[in-house]
Amino acid sequence: MKSASQIRDEFYAAQKEASEREDLVMFINACFAATGQTEYYSGRDRGRVSIDFLHSYVLANYRAVYRRVLAAGVNDFNRARIVMKLLEAGAPNDENDRGEEGRLISETLRSLPANRVFALFNRLRTMKINNRRSRAVVRDYMKSRANPVFDAVKYRTKIRVAARHAHLKLDEEQGQFLFALKSQKRFQSPLFDSFLRAHYSKQAVYELPYSVAEGFSARHEIPRSEFMRKIQPQMTHTEKQRTQSTAGRLGIDPPSVDMTRTPLTKLAIYVMGLSLEERQCRAVELHDSLRVSAARASRKRPVQLGKVAAVLDRSQSTWGTRERRRRPLAVAVAVHYLLAASTDALRTFWTPSRVEQPNSASGSDHVFLIEAGGQTDLASPLLAAIEWQPENIVIISDGYENAPVDATDQIIRVYQQRLARSHAIAFIHANPVFDPDHFSPKPLGRSLTTIGLRDAEDLGASMGFAKFAAGEASQAELETYLGNLAARFIGNHHD
Amino acid sequence: MTDLKRVMSGLPLSGLTLAPPQVFGSVRLVPLIRTDNRDDLRLSRRVYPEDFAFVEVDPKTIYASYVPHGLVANWTTDGGAVFGSQLARATKKKDGKSYGQFVTARGLRKMVRREGKTQLRFLPLHVAMEGLLALHFGGPDIAWTEYSHSVMRSGLSPRSEVVAPGEQIAGLDDALRLFEVHDNQVGMIVFVAETLASAFVVPHPDDYTNLHRTLIADFYGELIWQHGFYGTENVVLPDPIEVESINSLADLRREVDCLRSRWAEMNEMMSPALFDRPYHSERIYRFKPFRLERFISDLDPTAENHLGEAIYADDGTLQYLKTYRLSSAQTRRAYLLSQLAGHDWNLAQCADSLGCRKNDLILRLENAGFGYLLHQHILDGARAKERMLLS
Repeated sequence: MKSASQIRDEFYAAQKEASEREDLVMFINACFAATGQTEYYSGRDRGRVSIDFLHSYVLANYRAVYRRVLAAGVNDFNRARIVMKLLEAGAPNDENDRGEEGRLISETLRSLPANRVFALFNRLRTMKINNRRSRAVVRDYMKSRANPVFDAVKYRTKIRVAARHAHLKLDEEQGQFLFALKSQKRFQSPLFDSFLRAHYSKQAVYELPYSVAEGFSARHEIPRSEFMRKIQPQMTHTEKQRTQSTAGRLGIDPPSVDMTRTPLTKLAIYVMGLSLEERQCRAVELHDSLRVSAARASRKRPVQLGKVAAVLDRSQSTWGTRERRRRPLAVAVAVHYLLAASTDALRTFWTPSRVEQPNSASGSDHVFLIEAGGQTDLASPLLAAIEWQPENIVIISDGYENAPVDATDQIIRVYQQRLARSHAIAFIHANPVFDPDHFSPKPLGRSLTTIGLRDAEDLGASMGFAKFAAGEASQAELETYLGNLAARFIGNHHD
Repeated sequence: MTDLKRVMSGLPLSGLTLAPPQVFGSVRLVPLIRTDNRDDLRLSRRVYPEDFAFVEVDPKTIYASYVPHGLVANWTTDGGAVFGSQLARATKKKDGKSYGQFVTARGLRKMVRREGKTQLRFLPLHVAMEGLLALHFGGPDIAWTEYSHSVMRSGLSPRSEVVAPGEQIAGLDDALRLFEVHDNQVGMIVFVAETLASAFVVPHPDDYTNLHRTLIADFYGELIWQHGFYGTENVVLPDPIEVESINSLADLRREVDCLRSRWAEMNEMMSPALFDRPYHSERIYRFKPFRLERFISDLDPTAENHLGEAIYADDGTLQYLKTYRLSSAQTRRAYLLSQLAGHDWNLAQCADSLGCRKNDLILRLENAGFGYLLHQHILDGARAKERMLLS
């Protein structure tokens, strides 16, 4: 027989556990979706304040979980933010914690794109974070870079700031390049020398990386079309991809680029950014590239869903913003291709459109021939999807359902209660948009789980997290899950 | 009553479906959907970039207001579709004259102006607002001694009303920007803080997409402006799907359709003024097979009052509608004027019918902003006598 105080303690312990779990789930879910950019329904500042609060809150209360989120596959913006917050907070006292945190930070920095890392180092300076650990982190990262000369040229100002702030020991030539460029006549490293000569020689401009050469081309007043033609060998893959339409506008041959190499979501954004006529003209080519890219993404991180239906949102709000142009729509298209690559049994159902466009598609259809517009009526495609009797239904939507409000939630609840006995369906809602007012991606209702999703490729990682978002697993399980992920993340790169 | 004037009970919104609303803060936007749209009447926007406009209503009367745009109607008499080129030309046609360099003004002729065989320009809402301002504008017909000389000479001129542009209504700009336009949407009902602010209908879905943004530039009542600050986001939902009645997917489909119709019923319930109130309508312009009318509700000071203008086709279908919610002060002014006019401007008779003293009525007129109609000594006397009664 339990005493009253025991029962009370247990009750409060359970409440505490549930609310802590909710905090963590909310934070990780937000980290999958939030990017601190302008969204259709909310401004950039509100988004930043909101996500910043979440970070500070979780760091202060759940530090172990906070650092392990670095390994959970959340997006780059949030990983950089976590690293910064950890460096700001200083190293933990416990030796094991300190070791784990240090390794997580260094692995994260290595897996982040270099521009994000250097921006982070600059931010350390503006935030006036300069403890021993942060200096060591900067030093180790610089040491790990494969080509410091190239970095120094491409990210010169940023590295200058980082070097000065972290008291880096530079070799002689690098130091002169960064801090005493004007007093030099020549350098031994060819790239440094090109940078110096590019100040007066047009020829040397074309030996530099594209983003650096662009500035010099303006200085020398080189015509844009001539510059674009000659700089092509120096361009990276992404730069070539990015300048495709610029080249078209200038009337020169666009740089040849293997589009299948582009990551799936990036490729989808590029495709959805083209005009509808151009997409129609190049439909076969674009479809093939998307399929190859999706197949590669699916090999890397397979998504096993069996017979699956996708309910995709193409309402006006998927148009995105000037900062995230067509992103929600492109994510939906990319998810379609990703699912098509992993299973043959796929059907896609779109929300109604304002112009004559097909409302459903199979894996082999050209789903990118659509435009964003119209109301968010998820009920009609959802009913059509249920009728098709799949095992799984994935809904991609920003969660602002309005024709009518709350219909998805009601349909799914009724289905689970009354009709699931004859044919069970698992429903999941992936939301590519962060809602700052609620500190999480906006849910569609209580009857289905909502997960945040930034890139379609992360669908697998987000789904792995779904059972925690649904509240089925306990906090201890969540911590074990993150612990395993962290151990694998650290181990992977060291073995 | 001639065939130019008629009394309607509610506005004829038949053929229009009220779709589920989109709520942003205090603003609730209800899309109006129509599936059988006709192509023989189209509306387009003509921009007037000047700071304000003055319109010559008749040779002796000028209507001055902020007029950011006019609407141009193009139609065909044989029921065929209006060409896009016709619309494009119509928006660019030269209209009136621009004055001034720092503060600019546009001079326009007439509220409703025929510009060709099948083209008509009118100033949206100003047509209806001019009707309100022109109500008994001529002043007293009999020279009762109480009225001032200037009223006897030039009527109520200058008569003015204050309105708020859409951009000053808190939250309306965001709501209109974020609103997702439906397929086949031809109109919108705007609620601010759950009160009906305006209804807007156009003939064709394409016109609606082009004219959606004009809602921010149009004017609304000062009451709506106040409501914009008070309003909070309310979650109002109709009854959910009945779980017990569902045994198959067909049942589920049926119940979702029921849910949609419940939304339409709820929207109707929330805008009783559109469906139940009596409206006095007056024909302004006839262009076969359409007619432009303006209307005003019965000016009952205890109820919601709206005015507006509408275009009907000869088969009775509504092709264009725009309404404006009068504030209570505006209603009171119009009500007092119509009561006075109904009693041949005799103050004593009118006071009797309103159930108050003559001096009461005089003070009511002054409070309503019509003190300038009466001689100063009449006002002073009334005030003094009322003060004596009170003490």
